[in-house]
Amino acid sequence: MSNYLNNEATASTEIPRNENEVENANQTGLEKPAFDPIKRIEKGFQFFKINEFNKYPDYYRQLAEKQEPKFLMFACSDSRVSPTNILNLRPGEAFMNRNIANLVPAFNKLRYSDIGAIIEYAILALKVEVIVVIGHSRCGGIQRLLSLPDKKTSYDFIDDWVSVAKPAKEKVISKHPHASGEELQTLVEKESVMNSLVNLLSYPYVRTGLADKKLKLIGGYYDFVCGKFEILAVDSDIKPTIDI
Amino acid sequence: MAEDYSFDEAIEGLKKLLSENGAFEAVAAAKIKQLTADLEVASAKEVKPVERIKSGFAHFKTEKYEKNPDLFEELGKGQSPKFMVFACSDSRVCPSHILDFQPGEAFMVRNIASMVPPYDKTKYSGTGAAIEYAVLHLKVENILVIGHSCCGGIKGLMSIPDDGTTHSDFIEDWVKICATARSKVKAECGDLELTEQCSKCEKEAVNVSLGNLLTYPFVKEAVLNRTLTVKGGYYNFLNATFDVWCLDHGISPPLSV
Repeated sequence: MSNYLNNEATASTEIPRNENEVENANQTGLEKPAFDPIKRIEKGFQFFKINEFNKYPDYYRQLAEKQEPKFLMFACSDSRVSPTNILNLRPGEAFMNRNIANLVPAFNKLRYSDIGAIIEYAILALKVEVIVVIGHSRCGGIQRLLSLPDKKTSYDFIDDWVSVAKPAKEKVISKHPHASGEELQTLVEKESVMNSLVNLLSYPYVRTGLADKKLKLIGGYYDFVCGKFEILAVDSDIKPTIDI
Repeated sequence: MAEDYSFDEAIEGLKKLLSENGAFEAVAAAKIKQLTADLEVASAKEVKPVERIKSGFAHFKTEKYEKNPDLFEELGKGQSPKFMVFACSDSRVCPSHILDFQPGEAFMVRNIASMVPPYDKTKYSGTGAAIEYAVLHLKVENILVIGHSCCGGIKGLMSIPDDGTTHSDFIEDWVKICATARSKVKAECGDLELTEQCSKCEKEAVNVSLGNLLTYPFVKEAVLNRTLTVKGGYYNFLNATFDVWCLDHGISPPLSV
């Protein structure tokens, strides 16, 4: 089983997917072939079944009995930043939440039961060992946060949701009053990761896990413009943003 | 930047202690030797998360990012995924694996039991924001909600006692989003084993979520305008199958009577 988790194990033996598949899916030119979602789903599942599921039957049989992921990961819903892709994860490695701008709001039973349920289940039922929050470049959610307040356009949900990261925006603006444009956005994207890590501390199971040294928190940042992945913080670097 | 070196440092420290203090009593020396051995076993099993993240990214960078420069240059400018996908947070069912979604293809929400709650600005702003962004801003063409076998969230839903008492802070309140699926299964298949009831509930819950999608006005409008389709899916990892079905929703032309 450990061989299968080795990154190099599958690289050379993969049956290649249709080389043009990915290009077609993102094509915006004039002669774009008609997109058939059912065919795309069928092709995708068959690729997985042939190249993964059928090739490693013992691994998948064990996985079917139970999952024991070591990681809980928070990543943006953005189609370009799936941790499975960018960190080459294998099935069974990471329990995951994907939401707009990879935000972790503070403990709130009324407003954020989706996030609370994930953290509660991951720590208490699955006993994950590491929580990772991954921010990324050119995040639409953070961009929207920076454009607020917006007198012209209002949304039912988006503006309220991205405001979870408002403390990060305010901290960056006060520390870097002359930052603007992409530089400002990058600073806020990274500070928002730190803000989410601090918010994790508002969950009692996270605090207990850290105190018992059974849990580790990591902040990461994926820059797909430069092709870089940065570790922003690990554990003890995380301090609340309150300045007294 | 902090690195994970707790085990290695401890082992080194202990070894140093032993080698520098030849005068240690036999008992103390033996204890230190045992501690070192235990630490070395634990260290071998230890997840080294930072290293795992770094090596994983390095693999992606060389095998995908650097081999497809045109694609990633385009993606850097913007995304235009054809799909919005709801999938369970379960580590075994990531659509990037099971449907081989590549960067740029699918806007994704992962939550416990891949549930779509009904429109509610107070209780479900995260889900609402994701759907709103996907439909109005990205203009995705398909929303796909994928349920799966052996779902812990659905099992939790089916295990809530009939008097409704809950023991968790969040989990049970969250999975109750699909309470109608549970009621339906209990009413129609109450005689079946719990595992079979759970299997049926896993699929029924997807249908509840598909119905809940229509409570979002922007989804309903796009479906009626035929710019958006809503689909359900079910991944069974016990027998390696994937089922997909469509939600039919339209308004037929009026008939004059």
